[in-house]
Amino acid sequence: MAAQNRRDFLKTMGIIGVTAAGFSTSTTKAQEKFKLSEDRIGVLVDTTVCIGCRNCEWACKKVHDLPAGSLEEYNDRSVFENKRRPDEHALTVVNEFENPDNVLLPVDVKVQCMHCEEPACVSACIVNAYTKHPEGPVTWDSDKCIGCRYCMVACPWQIPAFEYDKAIQPNIMKCDFCYDRQQEGKLPACVEICPEEALIFGKRRDLIEIARQKIKREPDRYVDHILGENEVGGTSWLYLAGQNFSKLDFPKLGTDPAPGVTEKIQHGIFAYFIPPISLYALLGGIMWINRGKSKSKEV
Amino acid sequence: MEYYMNPAPVKKVKFLTRGVMILILLVINAFVFLAIRFFGGLGAMTNLDNQHPWGIWIAIDVACGVALAAGGFTSAALGHIIHKEEYKVILRPALLTAMLGYTFVALGVFVDLGRYYFIWHPLIYWNGSSPLFEVGICVMTYVTVLYIEFIPIVTERFIGKVNLKGIFASLNKMIDSLLRFLDRGLAKTMFIFIIAGIVLSTLHQSSLGTLMVIAGPKMHPLWQTPILPLLFLLSAIAVGFPMIIFESLIAARSLGLKPEMKVLSGLGRMMGPMLGIYFAFKLGDMLIRGTFVYLTEVNTQSIMFVIEVVVGVIIPMRMFFSEKVLNSRLWLFVASALTVLGVFLNRINNFLVAYSPPYAFKSYFPSVGEISVTVGFIALLVLLYRVIVMNFPVISLPDKKKLPMVKYAIKGGEQ
Repeated sequence: MAAQNRRDFLKTMGIIGVTAAGFSTSTTKAQEKFKLSEDRIGVLVDTTVCIGCRNCEWACKKVHDLPAGSLEEYNDRSVFENKRRPDEHALTVVNEFENPDNVLLPVDVKVQCMHCEEPACVSACIVNAYTKHPEGPVTWDSDKCIGCRYCMVACPWQIPAFEYDKAIQPNIMKCDFCYDRQQEGKLPACVEICPEEALIFGKRRDLIEIARQKIKREPDRYVDHILGENEVGGTSWLYLAGQNFSKLDFPKLGTDPAPGVTEKIQHGIFAYFIPPISLYALLGGIMWINRGKSKSKEV
Repeated sequence: MEYYMNPAPVKKVKFLTRGVMILILLVINAFVFLAIRFFGGLGAMTNLDNQHPWGIWIAIDVACGVALAAGGFTSAALGHIIHKEEYKVILRPALLTAMLGYTFVALGVFVDLGRYYFIWHPLIYWNGSSPLFEVGICVMTYVTVLYIEFIPIVTERFIGKVNLKGIFASLNKMIDSLLRFLDRGLAKTMFIFIIAGIVLSTLHQSSLGTLMVIAGPKMHPLWQTPILPLLFLLSAIAVGFPMIIFESLIAARSLGLKPEMKVLSGLGRMMGPMLGIYFAFKLGDMLIRGTFVYLTEVNTQSIMFVIEVVVGVIIPMRMFFSEKVLNSRLWLFVASALTVLGVFLNRINNFLVAYSPPYAFKSYFPSVGEISVTVGFIALLVLLYRVIVMNFPVISLPDKKKLPMVKYAIKGGEQ
């Protein structure tokens, strides 16, 4: 009995050891894990086309019932003096960067949730409030959320925002890819309003093909990198740019899915509950063996 | 002459001292800020923002709270599983600390949650891949187990002494028989809870380390490692006994008792190797991943890392190996306090110092309100400890009714 326990214990330690030492980079494909559709959609953002009109910001606020103001206010280009981030008041923002090749033609970059193929928020959420839909979008469910903000710690793109000013029912705010509109057969609001076709909506695999062709056709215009094709296991939103993405304030991320290591540890510790149960048995065994020890000492 | 040590309420002390008054003021101060938090939202009184979603309520109240309450499970392993009779006197104080410590953790989580009224949601909405889910479930279960483990202390205090006045007098008999029922039932089943408590502790102590792994490159490489859960577990095990020594010595001074030096130095003697194992893994991890290169840059992170490891691990480890330290009340206290500080710094470093979000416009420093709430909760904890040890049989006192001891004596009592 004791020997058996000891073996289990060693096994537990072995699992901890393997989790600790190894971590091979091989991961199950996102498709298998989330049952993603082959035809899942995405958006290709061509930052060399975007003119920074910020109509997308306005349209996004409109459809998400956020205070939007009039469309004319968005012509004000002074907002570009500061770099902005999507927050609880705006689910998408456009930032402007200097163009090293042509000072008169600045580069404008729209930022929003990337809708990862293997999202850290979905993996991290304590109550499963996030869903990765087979069609691509990552959405958040207000009915489950407890406001712990772990998704914000986990997100590699630092996207989810929290309504800190609300005392009751503060929401996590992030782009939902207009999931409801898509269900009705409509385009995402930002894609629909974009006057320059800087945002191309379509099947993700087609978009990657289009992006590759664009790079091939105009190698001087684009750097040979589709952001989101492989970053953190791939994202639904893809970007093309004329300069290095790190110059456009994108974080430098590897190709391993963000939740990979954590999930390996979790599934190692809880492999069919064997490690915890063996530890329980081991401790019980030791306690049983030692149980007689005290009797002799007590008066 | 030596006497048997038996748990008994500490009676001979005045409750309301000047120190206690200050603690009460700190608690009131915390409640003022909490009112702002609950009526105005988290943004009204904290320095948290979209870049820094977690502050000291998670880093100190939760992460440090859980780590420093580890004395509960390490002492249970020593006293109940390995069955070292001579350490029996520390079991109840350690249990009380763990129980209060975890209550403090739960309070910290409660005020930090944006939707605190949904704190029970993890019970029905499960996410097995989330380490936070595991920590949440384990902590909830463990708090329950700790309260169950405490019930015998309550029954021991009240069996045969239930004496409600007035209209409640009729309930006396019923309550008494309920206590007797609990006492009898738990005497037979307590081992289940004791073992469960230890298993639950090892699980969530390590998963607390897994929490930050998913932050990936947002966390400084000096701390970001896949063996974080192992390091968290080892450091929690290492800080358990120093925390017991630390608070035993403080409690002894505050309550005017003679500390159980023989027991405490016995605990201290185990500390050198335990800290050694933790240090070996921390050092090995640093060498394998080659992160020592970051120590050549002088910045907040590298300085904090060096303080954490040198002051909080290496120095106390060396001290615990010294016989002189083990036998001196003062030096034992210093070594234990340094270990506690080391783990405290480690948790703060992991959750706050190491965390550098990519788009931070400003760095995070806790607001007056956040600090007030954390300090107030700690004050409340100390007050509750005082109330409970003065009314329940927790701390062992020399029992003069029993015969003086001949063998296996535990020194103590001012005779």
